[in-house]
Amino acid sequence: MSTRVPPGTFAAAALIARKDLAIEFRTRSAFLAAIVFSLLAIVIFFFAWDATAVNAVDLAPGVLWVIFTFSGLLGLHRSFGVEEADRAIDALLASPVDREAVFLGKALANLLFVLGVQAIAIPAVALFYNLPLSRVLGPLVGIAVLAAIGLVSVGTLFSAMAANTRLAELLLPVLALPFFVPIILPAAQSTARLLSGRPIAEAMSWLRILIAFDIVFVVACALAFPFTLED
Amino acid sequence: MTTPAPTEDRRSIDWLLTIAVLAVTATFVRAIFFTPAEARQGLAQKIFYVHAPSAFIALYVAFGIVAVSGALYLWLRDERLDRIAASAAEVGVVYMTVVLITGPMWGKPVWGTWWTWDARLTLTLFLWFVFLGYLILRGAIDDHGTRARYSAVLGVLGALLVPFIHLSVYLFRTLHPMPIVLKPGHPSLPNSMLATFAMSFVSFALLFVALLRARYRLAARVDALVAEEEFEPAPMPNLRAEPIR
Amino acid sequence: MSHAITPIEHIPRTPHAAEATSARPAIEVDALTRAFGRRVAIRRLTFAVNDGECLALFGPNGAGKTTLLRILAGLLRPTSGTAHIAGVKLPGGAEARAVVGLISHQSMLYSALTARENVEFTARLYGLGSPRHAAMRALQRMRLEERAESPVRSLSRGMQQRVSIARAIVHEPRVVLLDEPYTGLDETGAAALSAALESLKSSGAALVLVTHHLGEGLALATHTAIMRDGQFIKHEPRGTVELDAYRDVYRDAIGR
Repeated sequence: MSTRVPPGTFAAAALIARKDLAIEFRTRSAFLAAIVFSLLAIVIFFFAWDATAVNAVDLAPGVLWVIFTFSGLLGLHRSFGVEEADRAIDALLASPVDREAVFLGKALANLLFVLGVQAIAIPAVALFYNLPLSRVLGPLVGIAVLAAIGLVSVGTLFSAMAANTRLAELLLPVLALPFFVPIILPAAQSTARLLSGRPIAEAMSWLRILIAFDIVFVVACALAFPFTLED
Repeated sequence: MTTPAPTEDRRSIDWLLTIAVLAVTATFVRAIFFTPAEARQGLAQKIFYVHAPSAFIALYVAFGIVAVSGALYLWLRDERLDRIAASAAEVGVVYMTVVLITGPMWGKPVWGTWWTWDARLTLTLFLWFVFLGYLILRGAIDDHGTRARYSAVLGVLGALLVPFIHLSVYLFRTLHPMPIVLKPGHPSLPNSMLATFAMSFVSFALLFVALLRARYRLAARVDALVAEEEFEPAPMPNLRAEPIR
Repeated sequence: MSHAITPIEHIPRTPHAAEATSARPAIEVDALTRAFGRRVAIRRLTFAVNDGECLALFGPNGAGKTTLLRILAGLLRPTSGTAHIAGVKLPGGAEARAVVGLISHQSMLYSALTARENVEFTARLYGLGSPRHAAMRALQRMRLEERAESPVRSLSRGMQQRVSIARAIVHEPRVVLLDEPYTGLDETGAAALSAALESLKSSGAALVLVTHHLGEGLALATHTAIMRDGQFIKHEPRGTVELDAYRDVYRDAIGR
């Protein structure tokens, strides 16, 4: 009838991601909450730390990645909350875009959210624990991106399911945390090696697990997503 | 989509379950009184007659049923598959709890620590959490179709998680030396111990099947009752149907 | 941006009217059945709606009307039987969904975004050439262009519903599915909605209007149907029946 061509999967995902980020940017409340939570958690961990018993470089990786996980969970739930409120998800699903595009778009928005929070949390951890950040910044950013990809794939899928249940945000950690372990473990172990001054190559065996996890779960969660929609 | 009609009256005895319980009791008796103790580990080793079959059944049979039934449900959408998966998850979580309790009970006298990152024990721990999440998820959804679909997705993803847990534990243990795990069950066991092991495997497997069947039947009865209620036509007249103008 | 309201009559006609002469009806449903587990929501439903027609669908709650619309919108799949939208068998994927507009009593909007952003987002999802332009045009049709830059949450319920309608028709769909769209609308809103629906009808769109408001339904309908327990217990051309007479017909049909 006209020159219209509905966007393909990736173009639609980008559209949806942009829309989600526009909404988040409008209110900023979830983003600020996640950052404040991270900073508070870092402070609490810091005060609970006996510096004479444990070294900074031994403790910091654990602190960093535990906070990453829980601040990530904070951001994840809101991604489907905004769709539920007035059933905007119905309009999205009634449009010509793929179901997979909806998943990828939301995961992409979540990814940028998580990386945004990490951009503040990682320097904060480095500050408190006096870490040699400049030396390891590049590889650390790489690890953060890989970990974030795994976290948002699983987290976006489970938040789609949790949004439809009575327990909602309480359910998300219960479902997701077992799946986060193959992300946190490699991330923390590689970060520990990096901070001890070892070359990144030594951490490669851990990073291979993380990369494999990312590949498997991005695909699996994108394929599983349509099953979380009523049909 | 028919419900298998329960052929037994609620008050008649579940013979399979009775036989299974007797078999398990007999195994305990034999293990405690009639099987020699292992030289190095002493009496603590006898916990393995409970621990090993429970672990095998929970990890491979119960979880396998949940994952495979889930995948089949997503393909065929037969509610019986969902019922099997849910029953297997419930019975499986009990077996897993037994594994997680008997593991440290054995570990403390033998290695001196309550917990060790043994591959099988760790995997059981993670799948236990996945099963608990599975049951909590089911409890939080009212609609049968949604519940079945979501459970199936979680089951399949849980199956995908298994190799990653294995890899992580393996890498962790290679890089962090751990106490060597002693696992009885090697072929060089004396016949009396092997016989007890065989007996325990069979009786625990029988118990699993009996519990699974009982749980499935209960679920089928509940679903049938719920469906009858839904078939009651809503009483007429429905005043809200009156148009306003 | 011009402040003048574009009169409805001057909105250009779309080529739907030409397609009205094509072979297949816009909506074709044949022995359609939908069950949820053991509960059958729609039983062997058969009907068709051609371009330019409006089927007004009445019935008590729980009759299956919303389920029917969700199937036609591509949100649910049939359990058995067939449904075709513009010749495409459902669930037809992107091809079928691209020509359908869905309006329900929930706004399906993002309350943090402005009216224009909501409609423009939808325009992009349907692949329209100039999405912002199309969004403003749709808002003008619903007499909302002055509030286009207001966040949806700051609009009244009636205005939100009008934004929702603008969102649903921005891509000038061939099939418009409306689930109780008059809910929460005041005089202005109801008038704007009826005008927009009339104009869609005359440019060749096929409408299915589910409503409890017999008067508004009859005003737009070319055909009427009364649905109960998943079936049409009455389905006929609108004819010349008056509202009062039809009210009796409806009461009799439901009381049975």
